[in-house]
Amino acid sequence: MEKEFQKSSIKSRTSWAAAILLACIATITAVLPFIFMVFNSFKGKFEMLTKGVFAPPEKLNFANYEEVLSGGFVKYFGNSVFVLCLSLLLVLFIAACAAYPLARFRFRMNGFLYGVIVACMAIPIHITLIPVFQMTKSLKIYDTIWAMIGPNVAFALPISVFILTSFMMGIPKEIEESAEIDGCNKYRMFFTMILPLAKPGLSTLAIYNGVNIWNEFSFAYTLTQSPKNRTLPLAVWDFQGQYSMNTPMIMAVLTLTVLPMILLFIFAQDKLVKGMTAGAVKG
Amino acid sequence: MSNQTNTLGKRRQRSTNLAALVFLLPVFLILTAFIFYPIVDSFTISTYKWNGIAADKTFVGLSNWSKLLGDREFWFAFRNNIVIMVMSIIIQIPIGLAEATFIEFAGRKATVCKVLWFIPMLMSSVAIGFLFNYALAANGGMISAVSKLFGGGNIDLLGNKSTALMTVIFVIAWQFIPFYMVYCMAAYTNVSEDVYEASLIDGATKGQYFWQIALPLLTPSIKSAAILSMVGSLKYFDLIYVMTGGGPGTATELMATYMYKNAFVQFNMGYGSAVAAGMFILITVLSLVTMRMINGKKEV
Repeated sequence: MEKEFQKSSIKSRTSWAAAILLACIATITAVLPFIFMVFNSFKGKFEMLTKGVFAPPEKLNFANYEEVLSGGFVKYFGNSVFVLCLSLLLVLFIAACAAYPLARFRFRMNGFLYGVIVACMAIPIHITLIPVFQMTKSLKIYDTIWAMIGPNVAFALPISVFILTSFMMGIPKEIEESAEIDGCNKYRMFFTMILPLAKPGLSTLAIYNGVNIWNEFSFAYTLTQSPKNRTLPLAVWDFQGQYSMNTPMIMAVLTLTVLPMILLFIFAQDKLVKGMTAGAVKG
Repeated sequence: MSNQTNTLGKRRQRSTNLAALVFLLPVFLILTAFIFYPIVDSFTISTYKWNGIAADKTFVGLSNWSKLLGDREFWFAFRNNIVIMVMSIIIQIPIGLAEATFIEFAGRKATVCKVLWFIPMLMSSVAIGFLFNYALAANGGMISAVSKLFGGGNIDLLGNKSTALMTVIFVIAWQFIPFYMVYCMAAYTNVSEDVYEASLIDGATKGQYFWQIALPLLTPSIKSAAILSMVGSLKYFDLIYVMTGGGPGTATELMATYMYKNAFVQFNMGYGSAVAAGMFILITVLSLVTMRMINGKKEV
């Protein structure tokens, strides 16, 4: 009996050892490229080649960062903030408007319209790229920051409506009924009751869509041309043209573009993790 | 009396319908302008020969489509999409599940792992593409540095036709494993604590608990994860476009990068639209078939 117990505890000890070894490998794999980026961003152009890529920088040398920040990076950042804020406001408001009747009204087309919106989640953006490109040209907003707003909003809407509809279905019906007895119509109900109650769902969606819009590449790349109208994901692209042989400089640009996410991760980890996986709803 | 309530009900339904219309109008305006209309337009443009700039388009009927059907490069790109899809499902979901299981069993002690393993998700596809472009560079990259440590020479994983696709698959796995880890952790919270405790009291080892109790309970979530991964892999663009641009040669070409090159590099908008539309059809059909298969099994 005791022998058997010992055997099983040895067995579980070895399997734990194996698991911890694998966990260490996973940790190194996940972190090493990141360390490569941050360490090298502080190095001089030649320091990296002579000292080896894994060596920590000799000193915290902010020269690369200064050069990047004075080289137009702030403009990209500002554009990104503008596109993000405007797109996000539109997405959240329009999605909330759509989710309200879909979740709480009874009308004939309800199921069908919901299905049409949800089906849009699987549509690849590339089928819309050429027509949207032509549209932006004929609307004379090609190569302006306005060009990205429409596509950003359109491709964020389906999943937002999907998540908000199921969220709003969870709000108790009694609230609406008592308000209706008090003579509150559907429009006032939306603004005074439903919208405030949907706040938790909206904040999760704000993070999910916010991260996606912040990182959006394809439309920004196709619909803009000049650096002064481009967003952050393209900053790396444009800087690479300028500094292609200067790896530490590119690493500094990359670190700066990731910085907002790192800060968000440090200060609001749970919300960020929850928001970023909001898209992974059970099918 | 009953007539009166009836008209009252009708009037009420009418005001509900009107409110629904008002609330749903914005979403359908946007979707029509940026999704529905462009889809139709892509099919229309695919019947023209057009550089996208000049005013004159030449109607060519279905010739772009017949070219697409026989286009080896497109089908090779499709094959690459399928390889990435299969490898993504095989690599990412099991590792994500293993990480989640480790955290589940180790509890509080694994908080550090949880935080560190999440890090790749903080970076955008574009940033990851650039980072690995440099981290895997033959000259001054990580792999070459390690190889030199053991007396080897520079290794150019991305520049070599035979290794490029596998390297890209590795980078994609690096990017998405944390996602499936968090996904599986969420799935674990749905497996009740009582089940776990009861099985341990009954003398099950952790291994037995995982294989015989947790895994069957997690299967529906894993299936959804596989669908997510599948649809995502077929649409892949950013990371590969930044990292390899589809090269070397056509080694890492995907449907989306092929479409982009045709439309916006060679300015062959007609054929680019045909590629985009073909991609759209393939993705729709594949997703419908998979969902039918998985939902069908559920009913049995």
